Amino acid sequence: MDKKYLFKRNNVWWVKLAVPVYLRDKLGFDLRKSTGEKDLDKAIHMRDSIISELKLKFQDNSESNSSNESNLSNKTTYFDYASTTPVDERVIEKMKQCLSFEGAFGNSGSRSHIYGWKAEELVEQARSNVSNLLNCDPREIIWTSGATESDNLAIKGAANFYQSKGKHIITSKIEHKAVLDVCRQLEKEEYEITYLDPDENGVITPQAVKNAIREDTVLVSLMHINNEIGVVNDIEQIGLITRENGTIFHVDAAQSAGKIPINLKELNVDLMSFSAHKIYGPKGIGALYIRRRPRVRLQPLFHGGGQERGIRAGTLPTHQIVGMGEAFKIAQEQMQMDYKRLTDFRSILWNGLKDMEEVYINGSIENSFPGIFNMSFNFVEGESLIMALKNIAVSSGSACTSASLEPSYVLRALGRPDELAHSSIRFSFGRFTRREEVENTVNLVKNSVSQLREISPLWEMYQDGIDLDKIEWA
Amino acid sequence: MAYSQKVVDKFEETLKNPKGASVGRWKPGDKDYHRVGTGIVGAPACGDVMKLQIKCENIDGDNRIVDARFKTYGCGSAIASSGQLIDMLKGKTLEEAQNISNQEIVDILELPAIKIHCSVLAEEAIHRAIDDFKSLRNND
Repeated sequence: MDKKYLFKRNNVWWVKLAVPVYLRDKLGFDLRKSTGEKDLDKAIHMRDSIISELKLKFQDNSESNSSNESNLSNKTTYFDYASTTPVDERVIEKMKQCLSFEGAFGNSGSRSHIYGWKAEELVEQARSNVSNLLNCDPREIIWTSGATESDNLAIKGAANFYQSKGKHIITSKIEHKAVLDVCRQLEKEEYEITYLDPDENGVITPQAVKNAIREDTVLVSLMHINNEIGVVNDIEQIGLITRENGTIFHVDAAQSAGKIPINLKELNVDLMSFSAHKIYGPKGIGALYIRRRPRVRLQPLFHGGGQERGIRAGTLPTHQIVGMGEAFKIAQEQMQMDYKRLTDFRSILWNGLKDMEEVYINGSIENSFPGIFNMSFNFVEGESLIMALKNIAVSSGSACTSASLEPSYVLRALGRPDELAHSSIRFSFGRFTRREEVENTVNLVKNSVSQLREISPLWEMYQDGIDLDKIEWA
Repeated sequence: MAYSQKVVDKFEETLKNPKGASVGRWKPGDKDYHRVGTGIVGAPACGDVMKLQIKCENIDGDNRIVDARFKTYGCGSAIASSGQLIDMLKGKTLEEAQNISNQEIVDILELPAIKIHCSVLAEEAIHRAIDDFKSLRNND
């Protein structure tokens, strides 16, 4: 007999329903109601209607919650979507179906029974969801643990496989560490790496690639959207150059997949890295696109049970994969709408702040993804601004927020003076950002910046007309 | 990084009421400017600049710091460290002020290891301000 949600007290059956975490402050850990029945069968009969009745209370409380939402003072606004995103509820639902005994918990590698077949079917469905978004063949998608692994597999895998062709690799100074640190490692293995400079807006121009490419260049690795400044590289044009030279082209698309259109049939990209958690999927899952025609081959990093055609061994995490597939499917449906909202948000913020003195955009508005907006407020240190904006979760290129005490290498590569790099803030918006959160932020930023300038000796000197570059700092 | 409540409180108090927290300056031409010593330490490129001013009076033969003002560009703990230093300075003789160590600021604000340089900056600032004040005396 299924006694789910039921418990017995004083010989009478009661219903007990767990309260969602976000309502526990109001409702406690669970809601209880008596069925009034001593007989289990009769109690089971009443159970569903009592559960629905209790669930109404969740709704009532959620709604009264949302009517308070315009009052932001006690909440923290999340403007750090470029760092990670919350998982979409629709994704969570799908993932939950792949874990328990009732769900598709099987090993997708098990060929001898229905548990394995079911898991395999879901994994392949998810693979199609991913390949649909990117317009490629599902067989060109390999599951990994995330974009960092994809970058490692792509760069090391291609460099090692094709080393007889040459040992020169081109990348840029503003790549993610998952690419830069792999390149540093390859330098120790006697590969020669060219680190391209971006132009002043942060773009790696096709011309820069053309100038650097050589006969022995085996790989070019560049990002699609820069994670700090949102600038978009022209991977279509760069792909023409690499293809002509017979060089493999790897693109880190962790920030761009599902946010701007990617059509791999039209692009001369050979390898592309993806992450789920940047697009409302779970952490710990990603993928690598490996072109079939012309075929690109990689030396694997992991060896084992031969999963993913031997390129990436390891039991496939069905729930993670299904989560990524669902996230990519939703992204495909919502991309245009999401993009439009983000463009609005960026305009609201920039229009609200652009008339302040000594405010700079890092990157450019014209050529960038609107979900990432990086600004510098001169004479105000970034970490102190973040601290002043205590109800807004943002990140900074300031040294003080990093363990290294160095300001952002990306902003320095743009040619920004160190003090502007120290004064930078990245706002990144996403699917769950509300318009009023952005509107409220405008005034909060204005107030905090002017408060901090009030106590800044640099602002004082600037106001006095002193040229800070001419001072000999101790 | 999570700061101690003390850093957060000091920082917010400074932002909310800068005058009350001794944010400000004396500038050339002010009435008592000849009794003010100024120390500026740090550099914009390093993300920290602290400007400290002390106003001294000769009381019973000792030069005492009767008032102090600061402005700081830097992270939250640099701003909190400056404010803390100001609290510690007022009323002290120059000799006593010279002996203030950065460790006292670290202890009071419970600064994390990576932020100890903020307290060092504060210690350097008071040394510079005292030197500046003494050089003014010598020029008299």
